[in-house]
Amino acid sequence: MSYKMHILVCGGTGCRASASHQIITRLEECLKEKNLEDEVQVIATGCFGFCEKGPIVKVMPDNTFYVQVKPDDAEEIVNEHVIKGRKVERLLYKDPEKKEAVSDSKHMGFYKKQLRIALRNCGFIDPENIEEYIAREGYSALAKCITKMKPEEVINEIKLSGLRGRGGGGFPTGLKWEFASKYQADQKYVVCNADEGDPGAFMDRSIMEGDPHSVIEAMAICGYSIGATKGLVYIRAEYPLAIQRLKTAIHQAEEFGLLGENIFGSNFSFNIELRYGAGAFVCGEETALIHSMEGHRGEPTMKPPFPAESGYLNRPTNVNNVETLANIPAIIIKGANWFNKIGTERSKGTKVFALAGKINNVGLIEVPMGTTLREVIYEIGGGIKNGKKFKAVQTGGPSGGCLTEKHLDVPIDFDNLLASGSMMGSGGMIVMDEDDCMVSVAKFYLEFTVEESCGKCTPCRIGNKRLHETLDKITQGKGTMEDLETLKNLSRVIKDTALCGLGQTSPNPVLSTIDNFYDEYLAHIKDKKCPAGQCKALLMFHIDPELCIGCGLCARNCPVDAIVGERKEPHFINTAKCIKCGACMEKCKFKAVSTR
Amino acid sequence: MNENITLKIDNREISVPKGTTILEAARELGIDIPTLCYMNLKDLCIKNAPASCRICVVEVDGRKNLAPSCATRCENGMNVHTNTIRVLNARRTVLELMLSDHPSDCLVCAKSGNCELQSVAIKLGIREIPFEGEKTEFRVDLSPSIRRDTTKCIYCRRCEMMCNEVQTVGALGAVNRGFSSVVMPAFDQSLQDSECTFCGQCVAVCPVGALTELDHTNRLIKDLADPDKTVIVQTAPAVRAALGEEFALPAGTSVTGKMVAALRKLGFAKVFDTDFAADLTIMEEGTELLGRLEAFLKGDKSVKLPIITSCCPGWVNFFEKQFPDLLDMPSSARSPQQMFGSIAKTYWAEKMGIKRENLIVVSVMPCLAKKFECERDEFKTNGDPDVNYSISTRELAALIKQTNINFMQLEDEDFDAPLGESTGAAVIFGATGGVMEAALRTAYEIHTGKTLDNVNFEGVRGIENLKEATIDVDGFELKVAVAHGLGNARKLMNEIRSGKSKYHAIEIMACPGGCIGGGGQPLHHGDSSLLKARTRALYTEDSEKSLRKSHQNPYIISLYEEFLGKPMSEKAHHLLHTCYFNRGKEIIEQ
Repeated sequence: MSYKMHILVCGGTGCRASASHQIITRLEECLKEKNLEDEVQVIATGCFGFCEKGPIVKVMPDNTFYVQVKPDDAEEIVNEHVIKGRKVERLLYKDPEKKEAVSDSKHMGFYKKQLRIALRNCGFIDPENIEEYIAREGYSALAKCITKMKPEEVINEIKLSGLRGRGGGGFPTGLKWEFASKYQADQKYVVCNADEGDPGAFMDRSIMEGDPHSVIEAMAICGYSIGATKGLVYIRAEYPLAIQRLKTAIHQAEEFGLLGENIFGSNFSFNIELRYGAGAFVCGEETALIHSMEGHRGEPTMKPPFPAESGYLNRPTNVNNVETLANIPAIIIKGANWFNKIGTERSKGTKVFALAGKINNVGLIEVPMGTTLREVIYEIGGGIKNGKKFKAVQTGGPSGGCLTEKHLDVPIDFDNLLASGSMMGSGGMIVMDEDDCMVSVAKFYLEFTVEESCGKCTPCRIGNKRLHETLDKITQGKGTMEDLETLKNLSRVIKDTALCGLGQTSPNPVLSTIDNFYDEYLAHIKDKKCPAGQCKALLMFHIDPELCIGCGLCARNCPVDAIVGERKEPHFINTAKCIKCGACMEKCKFKAVSTR
Repeated sequence: MNENITLKIDNREISVPKGTTILEAARELGIDIPTLCYMNLKDLCIKNAPASCRICVVEVDGRKNLAPSCATRCENGMNVHTNTIRVLNARRTVLELMLSDHPSDCLVCAKSGNCELQSVAIKLGIREIPFEGEKTEFRVDLSPSIRRDTTKCIYCRRCEMMCNEVQTVGALGAVNRGFSSVVMPAFDQSLQDSECTFCGQCVAVCPVGALTELDHTNRLIKDLADPDKTVIVQTAPAVRAALGEEFALPAGTSVTGKMVAALRKLGFAKVFDTDFAADLTIMEEGTELLGRLEAFLKGDKSVKLPIITSCCPGWVNFFEKQFPDLLDMPSSARSPQQMFGSIAKTYWAEKMGIKRENLIVVSVMPCLAKKFECERDEFKTNGDPDVNYSISTRELAALIKQTNINFMQLEDEDFDAPLGESTGAAVIFGATGGVMEAALRTAYEIHTGKTLDNVNFEGVRGIENLKEATIDVDGFELKVAVAHGLGNARKLMNEIRSGKSKYHAIEIMACPGGCIGGGGQPLHHGDSSLLKARTRALYTEDSEKSLRKSHQNPYIISLYEEFLGKPMSEKAHHLLHTCYFNRGKEIIEQ
């Protein structure tokens, strides 16, 4: 049966949370009412990336991109678009600058500069239907490897592609495979690290939800290359949809003989099982991940021995991140020389970023390495929300740093970000505007690290706690210049002495904010002021006698009776009593209350 | 292949075998890099090197961050610096961090003067703790044997390693995450409610005051001062081989005579020897062994073999909790400590005309589980314990120091009679394999009626994990095994459980090395050569004794003649034997 039209509805976690599954039901109902169910097919796809405007509905073949669709809109889409061929104008994306509707996603600023390799099938195919994956050249890379290539040829191809680990470290993937291939053992393992944990990052989840077969295929290719017959996906239990889609995909691959014994009639057999993580951030570190899978406490151990030598159950183990794996089939099909022409000198291919924070187009994007931060933030991201001023962009999650205006034209790649005092990490990108306090930002990340440290080594266990306490002291207006020195020295020592990547990078948010926003620290410490007005302890509420008409509304709403004044006379705030709740400012109709 | 690695440490070249760590290589050069979590009991193959405290960090040229020397293997051409400003600053900062979450109550801490954290702080010249902030706090857990003050835990994980990997008990483990990470029983159970056997190996390795013995010295001082009470003491064999270390004597110096003199000075009415009761144990246990063997040889298939020793209270706790299905395998003989208490409060008390309620029996033990054993209901008469309480070797040393007794100037003195007389067989109870050897000496002679010319059973000596020997007893090949450390015991027990055990008799001691390595002994601070030296001291004392077989002890002979009748008699059963209880946790399968 061939359909004349397809309606793609985002079935990712974000859009589902906004009732996209109800949109699908409604669409199907409406189509059935009109006897169109054999003409038009509704497909739940993976994430389109444009989460800011979700739920997304895309009508093919004309590529009409509807945003913020509600279940009640289904009828109009069917009646107008499907039946009458008229686009539903009000659901089209409006270009914020040109103020006109853009119908084709290709012409949207959000998509124009993107190049989707890892996300190639997300928002395009039905992730629960293996045939759709196969129709998009799925499993032909595995077939090519097994039937036409020797394991070392596959490894060479990956090495030549220049692919580097997308989980944070940026270690060359081909080299990692080569190490694992050199160790002999009765059993080797391929582990997919799906313990995505950076605050705000969700590319791995989206890939597993939107294109699970790409991960499965890549794991099998890796298994073939290094001589492993067992694959394990270590996935957070908080990703129920991704788990369900992976399970479905594994089951389908087994049914199609693409997993299991003697794949493509060869001697190569490969099976995949899931292992669930309880959501500990440190379990993204590969040795901690392995211990967690073994049933032990999720905490890292010293390397060497590297997992390639002694990993899961002390057997050679290759651990790759989801996004890394999603690139593999594309590299095999299109060739290393296609891949290594994309990107910069030492960082090849693309990178997926999760855009978040004070940016207009929040969502998931994939751009070639070498794209500048400015392009990402202003062209793809559509600039800063509410016309505010850009202040910083935090990359690399809790391990990364805050970059500023001066870094906006740096081409993004592993080495440039590192040189700028941040890092790639897994691709979290949080944009901040003038209202964000950088000391508080550093404090936020340290709070995260303190919470997520496994506690094994002293510098991470106690050092990060002390960093956090010192930052808190500064935001309370109790900091001294000595504290600033303590922050710097302690940060350096933690980086120098911590056992694993978590601790070795946890002070980065502190160091990078001190480097780039030193004045802001000074303002907190010396002037006892928070320039961004975020640190409550440093706020002073004040009534402008020129603007105050003495209506007394503020005084009546003050929960601690800190406001005094005669009727029709300007009022005053007793700062000693004020608890800085902001009720007065909220209630004042004359904008007489301000903070300073 | 023995490949050698050449590297430089602090500009000094050294060549070491492949696999050597930087710490080991540095120590070979006499460079003393401080450590805290690291512990290497080489002779026992027990190692803790989680590389977690980060005190031992060093700078390696070409490496981005500092390297933990305890867990970083030497590589050819490495250039290591152990004392650059970067290293010293990092080491100091890490230590200051550790101290910032540690109670600063050194003056009243049980480990003061013997604390590894304190030593490193002194070595690094810490004069203030620059970090303020939250401190972790946990409740103090008192059990009959061990005082657990988790607030002092520095998370070195040594106790966890001993409890899980060496002893396979699993009472202690890492809990919580981040700043609150700490080692304690799961769900903050008290040790008494956990799987703990009170072997005290956690205490033996704890570098700080987080795990210490339950101190009975104050109770003892009060009892000694009570004019209405007769306080007598028994001392276990392993104590004399280690007590001297507390007074700066070289390890392995036997201080039996000085110890007896010191105990007398402390005011004990009589200074007796647990060794006497060890000889008695051999009479009972040896007879039980022969009884089971003879029945077995006569074709009785229901007889329980192998027979397993039962002197070690940590081991008794272990099998009651972990192998409740095999409670009829171990000998029913009480431990020497309890046999002593039983005889002292009956035979001896009657003889001396002392009322039971006025008699206090104290033991000095290398062991912490003995404290628990004293409190077991089956060793009480009308609520009065046969042994009132037990103090450890360390507690005795503390008491001697506290009472101004100049230990070094003491003249040797002898134990009191009759419960102070013992043979060489009893002395070696303190080392792994000793009970088995003592039993063999007696069982052989009693069974064969022949004199054993060579009493040294070398096959069961030494500190290998598991020892086995086959002894020709008049044509019968007696197969014995000796295990020390509960992990090794578990292996033998699993064999028994699965019906694959090939032994007739097994000796088990809970502590690595046997009692000389007990949880109440002077702290070894990671130096396993101390244990070897203590072992040597015991075997030397044995070889110097004129009587080396338990059944030759004249006072034992008269004890049977005057009081007990014969071994395994009804009276002996009543006073010298016990039974075991299923204390395993019920696992409800769903």
